[in-house]
Amino acid sequence: MEDNFIIANKSFNSRLIVGTGKYKDFQETANAVKKSQADIVTVAVRRVNILDKNQPLLMDYLDPKKITYLPNTAGCFTSEDALRTLRLAREMGDWKLVKLEVLGDKKTLYPNMIETIKSTEVLVKEGFEVMVYCTDDPIMTKRLEEVGACAIMPLGSPIGSGLGIQNTTNIKIIKEQSSVPVIVDAGLGTASDATIAMELGCDGVLINTAIAESRNPVLMAESMRYAVIAGRKSFLAERMKKRNYGRASSPEKNLI
Amino acid sequence: MNNLNVAKIQLNGDPYKINEGDSLEKLLISLKIQKGKVAVEVNGHIVERKKYENLILNNDDKVEIVQFIGGG
Repeated sequence: MEDNFIIANKSFNSRLIVGTGKYKDFQETANAVKKSQADIVTVAVRRVNILDKNQPLLMDYLDPKKITYLPNTAGCFTSEDALRTLRLAREMGDWKLVKLEVLGDKKTLYPNMIETIKSTEVLVKEGFEVMVYCTDDPIMTKRLEEVGACAIMPLGSPIGSGLGIQNTTNIKIIKEQSSVPVIVDAGLGTASDATIAMELGCDGVLINTAIAESRNPVLMAESMRYAVIAGRKSFLAERMKKRNYGRASSPEKNLI
Repeated sequence: MNNLNVAKIQLNGDPYKINEGDSLEKLLISLKIQKGKVAVEVNGHIVERKKYENLILNNDDKVEIVQFIGGG
């Protein structure tokens, strides 16, 4: 069955997007990405280390011609910083598909939705295709869609917390009312969390810490791959109805 | 080298000395940076790759060179 993941008119096979932060080294990052079979990876924009001319480059381990780089604005607390970061990212390789995240608080890492909406508007006008990290407020996500976001990416719980999806109802409402893909972007801690997100009907998930901080990131990456596939297929198959009492699975006739 | 005047620029936030009249392209080459893998801002403005060669850096110019690294 054809079930492609379409973002901004581009089709992807995998509904799992993985982050590339927090790994031991680029080799481990590359191994984990490979096992995850993700088609899209998020990347950050940072200053080149001038003093160390031989430091390895992410691009030497993950070929941007083979995998879609999704530049992010992690660490940006103002619209101005986020815009600057993504304009630089675009200059680096003509990346138009970007992940916007404007944070509002260092402790919770919750998004600042006022700055986020403002930035989305500007980026869309500049020709970017903007996937937006956001709160799980259906009014805010509707507004994001109205200003042209190409994907809505609400958090399940705070970034890097591993608490899983704490807001199932909101995520469901957001999915129901959105006409662009909905991707759970933060808080997933283990494979079953990814499956739950997909079973709720979300179009995809974005995972970094749950893979990178597991004891065996490469194995966890593979596990996430299957978790997302399982959740998606389960959603499409439409689960059975719940009952309050038991119902036998074997025929009750012709018992010996 | 001794006959050349020095220009002091800010490179990624730190003071850095180059030869007066050096282009951005020359700076990148001296830093062994492949220009296809970075983006550059001079005094807050992004510089297109094709303009690196003709952009001469001056005293007090603020140069930012960025690349992609791992991130979530």
